[in-house]
Amino acid sequence: MLGQMLGQMVGAVKLVEVAEASNGFPLLSMLVIIPAVAAAILALVPRTREEIIRPFGIIATSIVGALSIYLFFQFDKNDPGFQFVSLHPWVKSIGASWHLGVDGISLLLVVLTGILFPIALLGPKEDHDIKQYTSWVLLLEAGVMGTFLSLDLFLFFVCFEVVLVPMYFLINGWGHGDRKTYSAMKFFLYTMFGSAFLLIATLALVYLNRDATGVTTFNVVELARNGSFTMGQGRWMFAAFALAFCIKVPVFPLHTWLPDAHTDAPTAGSVILAGVLLKMGTYGLLRFCLYLFPEASKWAAPVLLTLGVVGIIYGALAAIVQKDLKRLVAYSSVAHLGFIILGTFALTRQGLTGGVLQMVNHGISTPALFLLIGWIYERRHTREIAALKGLQKVAPVMAGVFTVVMLSSIGVPGLNGFAGEFIILIGTFISRPVWAIVAASGVILAAIYLLWAYQRSFHGEPDEASKGMADLNFRERLTIAPLLLLIVGMGVYPKPFLERIEPSVKELLSHMSGRVEGGESPLSSGEGYVSPAGENKPEAHEAEEGVHEGGHEEGAPEEGASE
Amino acid sequence: MIDLVWLIPALPLLGFSLLLLTGKRIGEPVAGYIATAMTGGSFLLALGVFFDLLSRDGEERQVTVKLFDWLKVGQLDVKVAALVDPLAITMVLFVTGIGTLIHLYAIGYMHGDARFSRFFTYLNLFIFSMLCLVLADNFVLMFLGWEGVGACSYLLISFWFEKESAASAGKKAFVTNRVGDFGLMVGMFIMFNGAGSLTYLGVFKVADAGGFTRNAATAAALMLFLGACGKSAQLPLYVWLPDAMEGPTPVSALIHAATMVTAGVYLMMRCFPLLLVADPIVFTIIAWVGGLTALFAATIAVAQDDIKKILAYSTISQLGYMFLAIGMHANAAAAFHMITHAFFKALMFLGAGSVIHGMHDEQDVKRMGNLRKWMPITFFTYLAGWLAIAGVPPLSGFWSKDEILLSAYEGGGLGVTGAKVLWVVGLLTALLTAYYMSRQVFLVFFGKERFLHSVGSGFAPMHAEADTAADEHHANGPVTPHESPWQMTVPLIVLAGLAVVGGAMNLPFTKSLERLAVWLEPSVGTHEFVSSGSTKFVLAIIATACGLVGIFVARMFWLQRPLDANLALEPALLKRAYGVDALYSNIFEKSGYALANLVATVFDGKLIEGVVNGTGSLVKLVGGNARKAQTGFVRNYALVIAAGAVALLTYALVRTL
Repeated sequence: MLGQMLGQMVGAVKLVEVAEASNGFPLLSMLVIIPAVAAAILALVPRTREEIIRPFGIIATSIVGALSIYLFFQFDKNDPGFQFVSLHPWVKSIGASWHLGVDGISLLLVVLTGILFPIALLGPKEDHDIKQYTSWVLLLEAGVMGTFLSLDLFLFFVCFEVVLVPMYFLINGWGHGDRKTYSAMKFFLYTMFGSAFLLIATLALVYLNRDATGVTTFNVVELARNGSFTMGQGRWMFAAFALAFCIKVPVFPLHTWLPDAHTDAPTAGSVILAGVLLKMGTYGLLRFCLYLFPEASKWAAPVLLTLGVVGIIYGALAAIVQKDLKRLVAYSSVAHLGFIILGTFALTRQGLTGGVLQMVNHGISTPALFLLIGWIYERRHTREIAALKGLQKVAPVMAGVFTVVMLSSIGVPGLNGFAGEFIILIGTFISRPVWAIVAASGVILAAIYLLWAYQRSFHGEPDEASKGMADLNFRERLTIAPLLLLIVGMGVYPKPFLERIEPSVKELLSHMSGRVEGGESPLSSGEGYVSPAGENKPEAHEAEEGVHEGGHEEGAPEEGASE
Repeated sequence: MIDLVWLIPALPLLGFSLLLLTGKRIGEPVAGYIATAMTGGSFLLALGVFFDLLSRDGEERQVTVKLFDWLKVGQLDVKVAALVDPLAITMVLFVTGIGTLIHLYAIGYMHGDARFSRFFTYLNLFIFSMLCLVLADNFVLMFLGWEGVGACSYLLISFWFEKESAASAGKKAFVTNRVGDFGLMVGMFIMFNGAGSLTYLGVFKVADAGGFTRNAATAAALMLFLGACGKSAQLPLYVWLPDAMEGPTPVSALIHAATMVTAGVYLMMRCFPLLLVADPIVFTIIAWVGGLTALFAATIAVAQDDIKKILAYSTISQLGYMFLAIGMHANAAAAFHMITHAFFKALMFLGAGSVIHGMHDEQDVKRMGNLRKWMPITFFTYLAGWLAIAGVPPLSGFWSKDEILLSAYEGGGLGVTGAKVLWVVGLLTALLTAYYMSRQVFLVFFGKERFLHSVGSGFAPMHAEADTAADEHHANGPVTPHESPWQMTVPLIVLAGLAVVGGAMNLPFTKSLERLAVWLEPSVGTHEFVSSGSTKFVLAIIATACGLVGIFVARMFWLQRPLDANLALEPALLKRAYGVDALYSNIFEKSGYALANLVATVFDGKLIEGVVNGTGSLVKLVGGNARKAQTGFVRNYALVIAAGAVALLTYALVRTL
């Protein structure tokens, strides 16, 4: 049995290499390598040549962005498994490998990363040490890409940690405020604290797997398939993984590093932090906690659902009274990410799909808000709500953009935020109605804090200090335009995104219910109720996708890549 | 023709996009004419679809037109699709028809405003959203329109955002509506859970087949009704509507009288099949909320001095009538009143706007008087609205209100608790309505010309920004009222005509004359009145008498006595609208803020941060002692990690060996 499996695996690995060789272009590897190499090249450029450094950074990240968009269109939406897999031996002695792959769950986050980095470099204008600044941003991108693409736990851990370093330096070196060193350190230590648990659990998992199978591997797919641990061990390891990721998200009550980090980070730092860094946490929960520890995930779901709902209400309440615009948005992130946690641990198809979509939505709206706040700060040198007044009159374009982003963040249908939130809530209601209802009340609070902040800073007659403020210039309009397009586009026509996410989510759920003995609800309740009318279509739907399901019974993503 | 139904919302959307991108360059007045043309085009298209439907048999007057998939995950399958049926097309016709008139009016009203084209951009977006709301074939797309009109309402109420009160009013409207939206969302969850679908037809099919448990249906119905109470400004969520009068008057007419605020009524009519399988208490609740709101708002209206505030409370009150009718299963009566109300209330708002315009931004009725001499067109058209809402036969309001009162009179037979009491409430409201509207008309158009003396003191310009450029005589000197330009008077005349003859669409004499009820039957079902002809006649006499008494009393006090003699009629409690605003502000705003503050400063700032920093200090303390051998903080961590890893590894190895 074991030998058979190993044989299959080796065969699969060979197939992959063949596939990649015939494909010719290691797309995923390039997504990680290009920014890293670009950072290295920058080291050779004299620091005074800022006129080269800035465009270089923007071009390098734009290439990665273009590749990620290419990836989006090349992605086979009918294949729920990992695609574009790249698998090479790396640290052979411990069984770690360079193992990248993308599925519906990670695809959009990769594209989001690709799009956000050029925007983060283009949008705000930093005024000192451009060389180091750009290098750190590039290195950050390499780390984030690696995090989302890794299918090897060791590689994942490395990337997950690598991300900390550039972010720490960005906050500390280019941040604002007296407390930036404190904030940077807080960010670093908080995450490191979680990482310690992540590392321990990773090692435990690998060794347990080795004991059961005789193979030392960090391959996530194999580890998930084998599941060679007892229920108790699984729960402990789950708890360690979940702790690390919940800090990163951040989930209430582990969130207090976020407002500080955001407030003191430079604009680009906030954009990336909110846009993709936080998603490393929610992504980790989905990719690793659910995938590796299905039973424990189900066991812990009520706790995480509760923390998610508390985060929604708590973050929104705390946001209401914030005096600093950035802090306000930071707390709103806590609330929005609560929705993602909710969708994830609802463990229904809608909940998870909505959760992934919402990661992207939040990764668009919140960076847009941070960009706008950054531009206000560049002009007025303050983010205090009380110090701003009547900006709509002097900067109508900025006000209009702010309004659209705000409405998206509030969850007005037709814009992107609603699609994710609604799907999450409906998915949660199916399995956990009470949590869904409490969470839905968060929509009231979201309207309060944002509209009130908007009213105080944009409405009214502009005061003396605001009178001369310039509206958005051409570069700034260009920077924010893609985000606006996505806000409207994903709100009106989210289908291209949903249809890429859903198959992988379905696959994940069937993997989970296969693992959990009995497979009873709520795991099986992705479609877990029968309509009284009995005229629903899921049967047809199921049959249509059955082919793929058969092919992935073993959960072998390599096969997907070889198709 | 029906296949082209998507063009109806597409035109205003096109207008919105066009004006958004080029509005500033196009400028006044072309931007206004473009927006008007788009809405007018929609109206013509809607007429085409209407006649197409009319040419079909009753059974075939229900067509779904699909455009594209919107939200599709597993069984959740929401499409962008239109349900074209008599109810939807009726709504479309009056939304686009009245919308066009109000667009035209606004060209005159907004003349000289610095953000002229921006105004029409929003207005077209509003029409688009409203059309989505009424044409959607499912709850989620309807919700898109629902939120869209809410967002436009927010933008338009705070259109003159330089004014603090306008900005606050916009926010208040949005947030209050959100409370209702919460209900609407939960209602959708329940329906999806029970029916696996969110299309109207899908949900109602399951409802008809008994697929909902009674509890689920009741919960869903009440949640939807909560949403309706927000949008249609019913107790206890009505508080935003009076404040919404901060918006430019065409907005008040279009959004806050004729169209958007009827969305809740529309929703309840639409969901009638669901209401039928819910506990009958739902109907009783709807009827009572409607009836009480009608009376409650009418009592406030009697003591208001702001010409628009009177109309705002009147709108709340009239919307209450519509819910009262729905509670009595009389959907056609509700729809009838919704349409006639749209005619006469839009008319009166526009008339009020004309007065405000002519009076150079004066809104206090006690500083007006005898304007019939100065603004004859405005006066004569206003008369039509006044008599219609007062229920004077044979104007439109008489017929529709009478039907609602009749349905209340008969409601006991349908199991509505306290229907007869509600009938009395309805009569009382009719009396008060006639009274406060007459008071307003007498104060504005009759009596002494009080503005000749009082102008210049405590004068609050509404859109001074806009008008200083346009009107040279906007100063502190005596005001010379003037009649409004043709763009404003033409809509007044058309609406006045409709307010007079609108009742003809649904006359109670024979079945064939009840055209509206027959036409709406495929959408909202039938409702037979059981009373005999003579009973109906007597009831109509009583209702009319109530209206006439109201007018007579108002005449006695406001036409024949000096103003100061009537102070007793306006107790402070009513002037302050029972102090509900202050109460809400104390309960929700103040304590809500205190709670948020508690969370942010005490809980987040002290408690959690205390634990975090405490842990940090502890680590520092431990680290400080361990530092003798170590150099830094981070490395300590690395050490801890390594040690921990080793410990767990050992544990794991020992366990598994």
